[in-house]
Amino acid sequence: MITLSEPLLELRGIVKTFPGVAALQSVDFDLLPGEVHALLGENGAGKSTLIKVMTGVHAADAGEILLGGKRIHPHSPSDAVNLGISTVYQEVNLAPNLSIAENVCLGREARGPLGIRWSDLRRRAEIALDRLGLKLDVRLPLGSVSIALQQMVAIARALDVSAKVLVLDEPTSSLDANEVAQLFGVVRSLKDQGLGIVFVTHFLDQVYELSDRITVLRNGHKVGAWRADELSRLELVTNMIGRDASELDRTEEAAAGVAATGEPVVSAQQIGTRHGVSDVSFDIRPGEVLGLAGLLGSGRTETLRMVFGLDKPDMGKIERSGVPIRRFDPKQSIREGFALCAEDRKREGIFPDLSVRENIILVLQAKRGWLRKLSFRSQSALAGDLASRLRIHPPDLEGSIDRLSGGNQQKALIARWLAVEPALLMLDEPTRGIDVGAKFEIMSLVEELRQDGGAVIFVSSELPEVVRTSTKVLVLRDRKAVGMLEGGQVSEERVVREIAEGGA
Amino acid sequence: MNRAALRERLPVLITAAVCVAMYVAVGLRFDKFFSLRVFFNLFSDNAFLGVIAIGTTFVILTGGIDLSIGSMMGCASIMAASLMQNGHWPAFAALSAALAFGALVGWCQGALVAFFRLPSFLITLAGLFFCRGVALRISQESVQIDNPLFNSLAGFQIQLPGRASITATSIVLFVVLIVCMFVARQTRFGRTIYAIGGSMASAELMGLKVRRTLIGAYTLSGLCAALGGAVFTLYTSSGDAISGTGLELDAIACVVIGGTLLSGGYGSVFGTLLGVLILGIVESAITFQGTLSSWWTKIVIGALLLMFMVVQKLIERAAARSR
Amino acid sequence: MKRLPQWAWALAVLALVLLFNLVLTPGFFHIEQRDGRLYGSLIDILNRSAPVSLLAIGMTLVIGTGGVDLSVGAVMAIAGSVAACLIARPAESPLGGINLHRSTPLILLAALFAALLCGLFNGILVSWLDLQPIVATLLLMVAGRGIAQLFANGQIVTFHLPSFSAIATGSLAGFPNPVWIVLLTFLIFAVLVRSTAFGLFIEAVGSNPVAARYAGVDARRIKLAVYALCGVCAGLAGVIGTADIRGADANNLGLYLELDAILAVAVGGTSIMGGRFSLIGSIVGALLMQALTTTILTRGVSPETTLVMKALVVVAVVLLQAPAFRSWAVGITRRRPA
Repeated sequence: MITLSEPLLELRGIVKTFPGVAALQSVDFDLLPGEVHALLGENGAGKSTLIKVMTGVHAADAGEILLGGKRIHPHSPSDAVNLGISTVYQEVNLAPNLSIAENVCLGREARGPLGIRWSDLRRRAEIALDRLGLKLDVRLPLGSVSIALQQMVAIARALDVSAKVLVLDEPTSSLDANEVAQLFGVVRSLKDQGLGIVFVTHFLDQVYELSDRITVLRNGHKVGAWRADELSRLELVTNMIGRDASELDRTEEAAAGVAATGEPVVSAQQIGTRHGVSDVSFDIRPGEVLGLAGLLGSGRTETLRMVFGLDKPDMGKIERSGVPIRRFDPKQSIREGFALCAEDRKREGIFPDLSVRENIILVLQAKRGWLRKLSFRSQSALAGDLASRLRIHPPDLEGSIDRLSGGNQQKALIARWLAVEPALLMLDEPTRGIDVGAKFEIMSLVEELRQDGGAVIFVSSELPEVVRTSTKVLVLRDRKAVGMLEGGQVSEERVVREIAEGGA
Repeated sequence: MNRAALRERLPVLITAAVCVAMYVAVGLRFDKFFSLRVFFNLFSDNAFLGVIAIGTTFVILTGGIDLSIGSMMGCASIMAASLMQNGHWPAFAALSAALAFGALVGWCQGALVAFFRLPSFLITLAGLFFCRGVALRISQESVQIDNPLFNSLAGFQIQLPGRASITATSIVLFVVLIVCMFVARQTRFGRTIYAIGGSMASAELMGLKVRRTLIGAYTLSGLCAALGGAVFTLYTSSGDAISGTGLELDAIACVVIGGTLLSGGYGSVFGTLLGVLILGIVESAITFQGTLSSWWTKIVIGALLLMFMVVQKLIERAAARSR
Repeated sequence: MKRLPQWAWALAVLALVLLFNLVLTPGFFHIEQRDGRLYGSLIDILNRSAPVSLLAIGMTLVIGTGGVDLSVGAVMAIAGSVAACLIARPAESPLGGINLHRSTPLILLAALFAALLCGLFNGILVSWLDLQPIVATLLLMVAGRGIAQLFANGQIVTFHLPSFSAIATGSLAGFPNPVWIVLLTFLIFAVLVRSTAFGLFIEAVGSNPVAARYAGVDARRIKLAVYALCGVCAGLAGVIGTADIRGADANNLGLYLELDAILAVAVGGTSIMGGRFSLIGSIVGALLMQALTTTILTRGVSPETTLVMKALVVVAVVLLQAPAFRSWAVGITRRRPA
């Protein structure tokens, strides 16, 4: 499989620092012609920074890039393309309203006295697609074909120039199984043509299906590079998460197993969506913390969205206190005592124009309706209470929330949901990008809520956090539930094993 | 034609059908409507609107809007007339000056929108004020033109049988139509405009020259608005600073009725011409009727606009669902 | 340190304009009393800014949600036509058959009701059909004047009804009635948005629509309400305009006033992109625009110049609000990666 030859692309000692963050610390990476090299790592591991250095989006602070043995300095993506390094992103960055042919060739089309030579353009597009083994009517608008085909058109565009290296940055995130197979067929044929392919994904099955070698990054360091057939899944996951399998054992104690009683607050039965997760089941009672464990993109957020009523599941059913949900509407969910502290703080959480106080009381106010306004005094009292309970700093309630640090914004968002005293609190990555102290505070808060008889769903990419806070853990992989660990079974080792091998 | 291509052309097909149906209906209702003369008058009477609407189609295709075109028309018309009458400029110099002014204002608007990502409706709203102010500064009275060259230009027409004729203004309209259709379909500039309307972020990532193209679109819109003013001057042999008041709305309505999506990316120059013809047919029908008043035009246009926007929304939703 | 409100600089410019006049325009600050009514340039500014102030109050809420209402000028014309036709009852008018017995309160209510319907129409297009606000309100901007002329049958309907004209021309405690109407409307709206959670919800929707949905704020209802209220404000402005000239001119009543209103809101410190809004700021903005206009007029500069000036002010204000311009001005993005 791997041709013995000089590396096509070599990165040596790449260092990249952003203000306050060392994103890459002396990372090496090499890519052989005719291989698929998977680049893996959890959030913040540095893989997207490394890709951006490779493709000319960022300039490295130190280190060198060699392409075919020659030093290169790509200073923009188009520069990298000209050098022979092309990238296809997760989102299809093409114009859906234009024809496939134009999407492949626009910007470098042949022109004559009567403008664009359409026949020439179509022929070139057909040739480019043919290279991927695709026969398409290139006159169709791009938006009329499936996302997978659009993805492949994006590859065709990237390859229209003489590409040597193709970077696929999570290309399969929005594809279903058949589409993935189709895409992989294309990638394999490109590999056979001698291209070097860097493959970024978070689907483990796909890593093993496609890759020849695997490089794992963690916290800006290279953990190592292995041949795919010499690295077991368990080793891969432990390398990504950063614990040695032997170390894990049962060092972390699972949350004290309090027997949860009463009716389930929520019970999900084989819920799923057509293009997302499938077959997820769980129930959760007062006094329980359900951890959702799994790698990035394993379907944790999608599950929460369905429970909160943001998305309607295409299959299965969700019951709240024994009653099936019919209206999928966040407003209704809040009224019934559900709370979702969403993952993307900036986009789905904070109101940057509003003060900390207003951000905290907003959900409660929305629940009360516009007429029954909380008085300024009760707003301040409530927000002040929550701010001091969660130690929001600085405790300036009237300042804009935009001026708080990430961790304090996160605490303010949690405060927003605590203000409505929810029956079920769902926390999606509440500890991401915040400092250690704040993480600890959030975890103790979850434990506090549990002891008060609350129910919590806790999602985090940090396994120790999930294990420490949860009374039971649902493990997801590649958008499927692969295992449920309860009580004494909850340990990092078991979770890692389930992520890697569970449900097989 | 397959389904996808059909769906894309559906708006303009609906427009064409509505256009033909209205033409036939009005023709059956009123004698003499089915004459070559009335048919060609549709073009010469609406030439200025047509030129302006075709120009602003490009801005709308990028997902923007240009509200300054109506007052730009008035501004160009009074500017050309005043330069000829009071400044004694040669006709072509005066007309060129007006066109250059239109392109310049359009360029400035485009630059503000493209570089600083300002909302186009606000910038062009300011442009609307600006042009109307400049026009009124030039002259508040309308200016009659008695420049011999200009008048021979204005009087030029190709005689056709049945007392029909193709006037100079219609010729300008046809030339603008053909040039703009060429630009939209056959040039990289035109295709980039469509790409920007499809997704500006993607167009940038595709390495297309987004800023330059955006500025070009607004410049073209300003130029065509000024050309519309020149056509109006030819049509009436006078310049008038308050001409074109509210015309931006008629022009935008024509573009939308012509099947162009206001969110950008979909539409055609030819569709806009159909939109202008529909407007023209409504106006002639109201003139033929004699008892209905002119404000009915606005109401009918509003109703058509509503209908087309709802249809577009439905098509959009259907497309989103089939994804 | 407490931060200055965003409209502080508009107020400062207003003060500067007044100061300029104090020094250079003799008699600008002269106020005299005749027949129990105050006269003078300052009173004139207050009085003439009334329609724009009213429009700006409604427009502030709409812009707060991240939208815009281009139809307010046309809605003024509709409300004016309805009022004039209900008073004069011309035989050709479709409204001629309705007899409100020349009762000023009923006629006022009818005109405002018509304006409310217009606002609801806009609101439905924006919130339920999910059309872009510019596009949705463009519709009524096109058709609105046609509808106004339909009511008036294309005539300028004049009337004589002193109690109705008094809405614009009368005075109370020395100040012209429009000034009181603006004050009253402002107070009602201030109470409406700040004594309830309505204002907070508007700001939430404008600040981050996605987060608003997650937080259980019903953006559709909020939007419907602000467009409806904006319509009512426009109706009130239309009634004042009609009462002032004792007739409804469907072609010219409120022409281009939507631009003045948007300008007043932007000058008053409300971001044109939505979010935090300030009603008082918009009033200050409207006063500033009128003060500038009046100054220009009293200094003998041609009135067309105000149009050009307004255009330049809009561009300046919007530029100052734009993050892209700010960072460009600071010089950070001198060379941005392509």
